[in-house]
Amino acid sequence: MNTRKLMLAASAAAFALTAAPAMAERGTDGDLKIIFWQAVSTMNPYLSGGTKEVYAASMVIEPLARYDETGALVPMLATEIPTVENGGVAEDLKSITWKLKPDLKWSDGSAVTAEDAIFTWKYCTAPDGGCAQGAYFEGVTNVEAVDASTIKVSFSEAKPYPYSAFVGAQSPIIQAAQFKDCLGAKAPECTSANFGPIGTGPFVVKEFKPNDVVTFEANSNYRDAAKPAFASVTLKGGGDAASAARSVLETGEFDYAWNMQVEPEILEQMMAAGKGKIEVAFGTQVERIDINPYGVDPSLGDKRSTKEAGPHPALSDPAVRRALSIAIDREIIDEAGYGPNGQPTCNILPAPDIYVSTAVDWCLTQDIEGANKLLEDAGWKMGSDGIREKDGVKLSFLYQTSTNSVRQGTQALVKDMWSQIGVSVELRNISASVFFGGDPASPDTFQKFMADIQMYTNNFDGTDPEKYMAGWMCDKIPSPATGWQGENIVRYCNPEYDALVKELGQTGELEKRAEIAKKLNDMLSNDVAQIPLIHRGQPSAVNNTLLGVKMNAWDSELWNVADWSRAK
Amino acid sequence: MFTFTVRRLLFAVPTLLAISFIIFALLDLAPSDPLSDLPLTIPPEVREQIRLAMGLDQPFIIRYFKWLQQFFINEPLNIFEQITGITVGSGERMRVLSWATRSPVVDLIVQRLPQTLWVVGLSYLFGVLIAIPIGVISAYRQYSWFDQIGTFVSMVGYSVPTFFTGVLLIVVFSSWLQWFPSIYDTTLVVNSWDSFILQVKQMFLPVLVLTLFNVSQISRFVRASMLDNLNMDYVRTARAKGVKEKIVLLVHVLRNSLIPVVTVIALGVPTIFSGAIITEQVFRVNGLGQLLITAIQGADIPLVQTLTFIFAILIVLFNLIADVLYGILDPRIRYE
Repeated sequence: MNTRKLMLAASAAAFALTAAPAMAERGTDGDLKIIFWQAVSTMNPYLSGGTKEVYAASMVIEPLARYDETGALVPMLATEIPTVENGGVAEDLKSITWKLKPDLKWSDGSAVTAEDAIFTWKYCTAPDGGCAQGAYFEGVTNVEAVDASTIKVSFSEAKPYPYSAFVGAQSPIIQAAQFKDCLGAKAPECTSANFGPIGTGPFVVKEFKPNDVVTFEANSNYRDAAKPAFASVTLKGGGDAASAARSVLETGEFDYAWNMQVEPEILEQMMAAGKGKIEVAFGTQVERIDINPYGVDPSLGDKRSTKEAGPHPALSDPAVRRALSIAIDREIIDEAGYGPNGQPTCNILPAPDIYVSTAVDWCLTQDIEGANKLLEDAGWKMGSDGIREKDGVKLSFLYQTSTNSVRQGTQALVKDMWSQIGVSVELRNISASVFFGGDPASPDTFQKFMADIQMYTNNFDGTDPEKYMAGWMCDKIPSPATGWQGENIVRYCNPEYDALVKELGQTGELEKRAEIAKKLNDMLSNDVAQIPLIHRGQPSAVNNTLLGVKMNAWDSELWNVADWSRAK
Repeated sequence: MFTFTVRRLLFAVPTLLAISFIIFALLDLAPSDPLSDLPLTIPPEVREQIRLAMGLDQPFIIRYFKWLQQFFINEPLNIFEQITGITVGSGERMRVLSWATRSPVVDLIVQRLPQTLWVVGLSYLFGVLIAIPIGVISAYRQYSWFDQIGTFVSMVGYSVPTFFTGVLLIVVFSSWLQWFPSIYDTTLVVNSWDSFILQVKQMFLPVLVLTLFNVSQISRFVRASMLDNLNMDYVRTARAKGVKEKIVLLVHVLRNSLIPVVTVIALGVPTIFSGAIITEQVFRVNGLGQLLITAIQGADIPLVQTLTFIFAILIVLFNLIADVLYGILDPRIRYE
């Protein structure tokens, strides 16, 4: 190679290097087209709480800090993440102090101050407001401005994990000036503010058509002058998951489609067109089977599925519970219904990595023989009809879940697996709007659990599992006395567990917290409080021309939309 | 005729009140829940607060009367204020608010109405315009090849559901041929020739699907009605008098045949407003049908209640119009 050629190559390389940042200019990449098959109803996450609304709003309004794709906290409006070490979190863990970035501006040009954060807190905790994110401000006694750019959040008791208020896409800061007349019962009346909140994010709402389409344009006051690369965003809603997938993977009309709950083989076919791919992020979602420890016989009347009904004649037997768990081949369920979007699991706490236990993997391999032996030893003898029984009680159960083709497929597979150990199940599916509805008048809700066995997915927001693990405490069991409210739907009750959760609440060190959380997880799996099946990912379809997507299960999937760009 | 109309209108008031009560009661008894779409991570205490903010803690009958007041007094007053600019009283009154969007239901309906009228209305219009000639020829040349093909096509159009034809057309014209978009762009503003072409292109598939359905339905009515009349004595008389065949068919027979058809068409008009729920959903047209189905799925009860009630008003109204038209078109019928 002669010198001239070398120099040419070098200068070309140098040109390429300098050209890269020059290309990253605000609004040069045209329109970004996103499709959510469930349309966005409002742009105010405090009034809706739905995932689609939280995601859509995350492009406009931002919290002080949010989670990146690895689950680590990254500052957004704050300069840094406060910790005990840097003095941001008080020694007694009763307050946290955030510092705003300098010269932050709302999209209308006015300055962001600590007053806006105080207002946000007041807005979400105002009586009669029905704030959907109230849980993020639980235990917050006061939010005050130390100075114009310093926010101090005080808690009623020591909080070992103080990152909830103003952290994550669910609890962004809204502009005090815009929402000042919208407190409490007046919140829904501020339609124009709810549909077009003024924010600090990379985009501003240009037009909002509820339950249909949102158009955004780049925020000219965004703190990074080079971002966002896209000049506008169109967020279309409606239809169904499969046709949304088609619009990205097959016709290429859209760049990004959220929540691709579609059978793996259908997605494979669509991906054959070569226009896009499926990206999956694994958060904390676990598809699980709940086993009712209480009697549910209809003859029990009002006592069904409560402590007063007494123990379940078959399912309160630990041997039966364990046998049901090891009779399931999770690999097959995963392959048939989830493909790359799921992994078999035995943990009810599947992530983040530091909390993941490996001590209960005994359930990962199917063991029909072992299950049969367990039941045999416990006195459940095979009847002439192929169903085991003991003292006149048959291992014959009602197995309910929500209406959803993947779940019905899983139900059929599990039914078949259990029939091999002499357990028969009757399958039932209930419309999701009823099953998850929580209407106290309906007998078909998953909280009432008026069945022997049921299946659904649950998860927790953010990365800290304390609140989630507290959901198995005795006092969280739904009952008529609590209006059937309560997270402990599996009706697990173990004083040792309760004590350990309380210990978690007083432990500050991360390693120790992880250790306790693992212990809690192992207790639940070893007692077979429920049967964890699949660690579910969040699949989204991404067009090949779209760059910069970092799938995030800990925050909004659109968390880094400011960094997205179009391949040239 | 006038007294008949007035009497019918007066009768409509208690009918509609009864309908509104039945809809409200049915929706209240239905087990679906407005909070079922929310992530399970939202704790029960917060859910309770949201329920309170929606007014769900109040007794059924109070919620019903509140809705009545909002729909029959507050909303008309609001429309009056917007049109005239006169403020009545303080101007602050509770409007019917949707639970999902937390915005006034009437504004949502006003926003959705144009798309439905364009897409569904146009397909209804095309349906009528195409169906009448097909029906006339099919009847005149009964059992000819034209009639056979017409019968076959309308059977297909009538029996194959729109969620099948819609998706089929998308696969053929959007995925394979890439002639038409599969998703309706509701933000498109028609202000130039190019954007007009785009608008026509995106309306083509949904209008086609619905037109096929409407043609199938109406052409059958026209054909049956024409056949009834072609065998009448007056047709034989007209032919015996030496009236030209064209005039016999298009003046004598068609006019008489259209009387029942007009009724059918008038009774079908409310379905334009209720939108074509499935077709709008398949093509993502943001019309009233899509609004209704998302409201039902999300248990947005004020929106479902208001929409179904407006449809009920339209059905009652167009029944009346059909009756009146009948009286005008057919001199043998007189209401006294």
